[in-house]
Amino acid sequence: MAESKLSPLQWWTEELFLEEEYRDTAAVVSSAGHHRRLSLSPRVVKEKAASMKKNLFDQASILSSGVSFVPTGYLDEQFCQVEDLQDEASPNFVEEVVTLFFKDSGRLMSNIEQALIGASRMKNECMSFRDSCGQGNVEGCMRSFQKVKREHAILRQKLESYFQLLRQAGPAGAATRPVM
Amino acid sequence: MSTTTVPEPHVLAVDDSIVDRAVISRLLRSSKYRVTTVDSGKRALEILSLDRNVHMIITDYCMPEMTGFDLLKRVKESAELKEIPVVLMSSENSPTRIRRCLEEGAEDFLIKPVRPSDVSRLCSRVMK
Repeated sequence: MAESKLSPLQWWTEELFLEEEYRDTAAVVSSAGHHRRLSLSPRVVKEKAASMKKNLFDQASILSSGVSFVPTGYLDEQFCQVEDLQDEASPNFVEEVVTLFFKDSGRLMSNIEQALIGASRMKNECMSFRDSCGQGNVEGCMRSFQKVKREHAILRQKLESYFQLLRQAGPAGAATRPVM
Repeated sequence: MSTTTVPEPHVLAVDDSIVDRAVISRLLRSSKYRVTTVDSGKRALEILSLDRNVHMIITDYCMPEMTGFDLLKRVKESAELKEIPVVLMSSENSPTRIRRCLEEGAEDFLIKPVRPSDVSRLCSRVMK
C-alpha cells in the first residue's frame, strides 16, 4: 500500500468508517505524522455500494395510524430501468445520465430563481418611483420610471420563460398563458 | 459468395431534455438502431431536409416553440416526409392528447419512461 499524508479529518473519517463496519477486513497502520491509505477489498466496496443503494430505495415510513405505507425513498423504479440499460458497451451509462440530470435540473432551477428575483427588483423600482412622486421630484420620477419600464420588460421576459418551463414540466392546466 | 450488410434502421429522436435524449438514444442503440438526436422540432426538420434516409421519428410531445404534435403535423403535411412513421412520447397519460396524435397520423404514443419492451413493440410494428 502506498503511503499518503491525509488531513486529520480524512484520517478520522476513514478510521470511523473502518471501525464501524469493516474492522475485520481492513487494516490501518498509523505512525507518527504518516498514515497508510486504506485499501478496501472489492467485496467490501461492493457490499457498501449495495447497502447505499438499498438505503436510497428503502427509506420507508409507516404512519402512526398503521394504515398507510408511504415509501420515502430517493429513487424509484425508473432508476432500475436506467441501470438495465448499462452494459459492457456503455459501462458508465447510469452515472452519465445522473450527471446530465443534475446539470440540467440545476440550470432549470437557476432560471426559475432568476425569474423570481426579477419581481423584487421591479418592486424596488416602483417604490423608488413612488418616493420621487411623493417628493415632487420630476427628474427623479423620470429616471425611476425608466428603470421601472426596464425592470418590467426584463420581468416579463423571465416570467414568460418560467411559465414555458412549467408547461413543459407540469400536468395540463398547471400553467395557462398569462395575459401580459 | 458476396455478403450484403443490411444497414441499421435510422431513427431520429427529438427531445428538449438532454437526460431523456440520452436514455432514448441508449434504448434505441441497444436495439441496433442508428440514432440521431436533436433537441427541437425545428432541428428535426432541418435534419429531415438534409437526410431523407430516416426510417422513424420518435419525438417528445412537450417541447418549447414547436411541440411534438406540431412536428407530427408538419411531417404528415409534407409530400416528401409523410411516409415516415412518427411516434410520440409524453410523461403525461392524457387520453385526449393521445387520441389527437393518433388521429393526426402518429404510429404510436409512448408514456415515459420508455421501456425496452416499448422499443421492441415499435420494431416489430413500425419498422417493417
